[in-house]
Amino acid sequence: MFEKTIMMDVELLSRLQFAGTIMFHYLFPPLSIGLGLQLFLCELAYVRTGHPAWEAAARFWTRVFAVNFAMGVATGIVMEFEFGTNWAAYSRFVGDVFGSALAAEGIFAFFLESGFLAILVFGWDRVGPKMHLFSTLMVFLGSVFSAVWIVIANSWQQTPAGYHIVWQEIQGQSVPRAEVTDFWAMVFNPSSVDRLTHTLIGALVLGAFFVASVCTFYLLKQRHDDVARRCLSIALPSALAFTLLAALTGHDSAQKLVETQPAKLAAMEAHFKTTDQPTGLYLFGWPDAEDETVHFGVRVPWLLSLMVYNDPGKPVPGMDQIPESDRPPVWLPFQMFHLMVGLGTMMIVLAALACWFWFKETYQNHRWLMWSIVLMPLAAMTANQAGWITAEVGRQPWIVHPSVQNGVEMMGLRTKDGLSESVTAEQVLSSIVLFAVIYSLLFAVWIFVLNHKIQHGPESIEELESHKRTRSASKLSDQIRHGGTGRGGGLMDEEL
Amino acid sequence: MSYDTITLVWFFLLGVLLTGYAILDGFDLGVGILHPFIAKDDRERRLVMNSIGPLWDGNEVWLVTFGGALFAAFPNAYATVFSSFYAAFHLLLTCLIGRAVSLEFRSKVHSTTWRRFWDTVFFLSSITAAALLGIAGGNVMAGMQVGPMFRYEGGLLDQLYWYPLLVGTLTVSLFALHGSIYLFLKTEGELQQRVRNRILRLFYCFAGLYAVVTIATWLHVPHATETLTRHPWLWIVPVLNALAVLNIPRAMHLGKPGYAFFTSSMVIAALASLFSVAIFPNFVLSTIDPAYSVTLENARSSHQTLITMLWIALIGMPCVASYTITIYWIFRGKVQLDSNSY
Repeated sequence: MFEKTIMMDVELLSRLQFAGTIMFHYLFPPLSIGLGLQLFLCELAYVRTGHPAWEAAARFWTRVFAVNFAMGVATGIVMEFEFGTNWAAYSRFVGDVFGSALAAEGIFAFFLESGFLAILVFGWDRVGPKMHLFSTLMVFLGSVFSAVWIVIANSWQQTPAGYHIVWQEIQGQSVPRAEVTDFWAMVFNPSSVDRLTHTLIGALVLGAFFVASVCTFYLLKQRHDDVARRCLSIALPSALAFTLLAALTGHDSAQKLVETQPAKLAAMEAHFKTTDQPTGLYLFGWPDAEDETVHFGVRVPWLLSLMVYNDPGKPVPGMDQIPESDRPPVWLPFQMFHLMVGLGTMMIVLAALACWFWFKETYQNHRWLMWSIVLMPLAAMTANQAGWITAEVGRQPWIVHPSVQNGVEMMGLRTKDGLSESVTAEQVLSSIVLFAVIYSLLFAVWIFVLNHKIQHGPESIEELESHKRTRSASKLSDQIRHGGTGRGGGLMDEEL
Repeated sequence: MSYDTITLVWFFLLGVLLTGYAILDGFDLGVGILHPFIAKDDRERRLVMNSIGPLWDGNEVWLVTFGGALFAAFPNAYATVFSSFYAAFHLLLTCLIGRAVSLEFRSKVHSTTWRRFWDTVFFLSSITAAALLGIAGGNVMAGMQVGPMFRYEGGLLDQLYWYPLLVGTLTVSLFALHGSIYLFLKTEGELQQRVRNRILRLFYCFAGLYAVVTIATWLHVPHATETLTRHPWLWIVPVLNALAVLNIPRAMHLGKPGYAFFTSSMVIAALASLFSVAIFPNFVLSTIDPAYSVTLENARSSHQTLITMLWIALIGMPCVASYTITIYWIFRGKVQLDSNSY
């Protein structure tokens, strides 16, 4: 009994640590992906038109991007280490499958990103505009590839495919592990395409609203008018397009759940009891898994049946179809799912209104709308996080969901069986404290520096021109001094 | 390709990734270690940091890819090693985060206190990361308390005894030396002269520690030389290593700093190869009972996965090599500060 409580602690603490570190990490990559696209579009406009305002915009977003990217890299390494430090048994079970996706991420995505990031951030005055634009595109693609591989790996945990279970003889004991039998079936497992498109679009929504927010803020404060208006003409329409696509891909993702992960769907909708009547959908409520009821709930009849089966008459299976030991928590997936959908709907409405007024050229007359757009990155970030909480908590108690392959039932791995055998609760607790301290500090610094950059804003066209003159002058004087080698100048110590 | 052959190929490729990481991140960790001792004012500190500005991030990717490849190719080794070094690796992560953000944030704000704070973080995290990598390497060299079913039975304190600490110190001195030669290549004028004066001192420091660690390994880690005894041709590695060590001051004396940097990279490659030779055919030798050791054979992934990953590596490696060369080419020459610098 005593040992059991200790084990529980390690499980709870390890889950808390993973949840905390992955959620903190996930503040940054979606913004890198989303902002990467906006940056690329600004720079494309610069290369095509040659207008210095586009250059000022691209240089400004590069600086914001760099700060965010560094945070993503720093907090991302933690994730890779944590699989081994905290989830050793899980790593042994999935290494053959999950490891290859992670290694592919390293070699295809991370090298691409980090290599071209150097040119993107430091190469403005070293390479031509076209090479720079190409580098921006490569960094964006690198961040997309990295999402591709990690979402594939995660989707395999949700809906495993292309594998079998092998019992290995180790020191006289039989130990199960998953081994790949069909690499492409593993990559294109039943949920990977839907979940990947939804995840990427969530990131693009955030990027579009981030740019829209900062530029709207400039308009409200009557600063950097030219740059702000140019960027908004890209950001607002893309925000509308991506929020609509997010709804579409989200709907596809949810429809598949009834086949692949019915327990998750039941949790998301707090659908406890299966009946032979059409199933309703709660708009909101307070689910109670003990009593199997939803308090204060408002339910639209037959809507869930319609959403899931495109048929308002067909009943959806509820949580009672799932063995008690395999049921996920209900409250958290329900609330997070509803939060995500609610925020998504709000974002669609606001993006549509903003676009409407933008094209009627009356956007600046609606200050309430402008301030709402300023706040929208928070909504997009929250929706991204809430979506992942739904997906991951809804998968419990499994870390690798069981599946059926060619009619054969395959065992899954329970989260509690995935822990590191040798790690104690005290160790996990101390690393949680360590991360809590460092991440709070980082968060404060990130906000501070981001705010600093945004308050400083893009350079004016005159500043841009004068910098160019200084650079060519210092290059010239260096060439005179060093007999043509062109180096070491740049006493410019101004801060960015 | 047979299962055993491809297992060896992956052991070799992991060695390549580890060597690449140690050479590349080695110089930028070294620059971090030297930073407070070499740069006198804010401009020099910015020059020193910007000498690795565009490169450190890509260098660290080698570690990430090494971790991913170890996870994929030898999951049991990844799981045992990473969970055994629970405390050490969390500290290492803290240091890697500290380095990343101190580089990124230091010069963003005009305030002496702010900059001094991040300078300290940069130095401490660089030196601690180098030491921890060495300490982890030393433990793996000497063997660890792995019990039945790959379960680690020791703790942090079991990992901090004289031998790993000595290897940790050697790693710090090696990276500092490697970093100083890199800085010599990237700087000019008075700053470069100051770097030059350090190189020889760092060399003596490293050479002394190198001799001590060699003797210590001979005495403390008897299995390290077993593979050498079985395959005597491998003796060429330690011999070349010793020659390469001596070649560093020679190249500097001849006024060929690029050659010196190449040589110090080769010293790192030779040490990483000796490390692989010493642990082979185990990943972690159990000091409790050799039967509990994590070996190449009991840690590897399935035959098919190793083949798939080889394809991934064959497609990926040329791309990686091409961007790495492009980036180093674009940012060649002496470091200079401009409006995009840190």
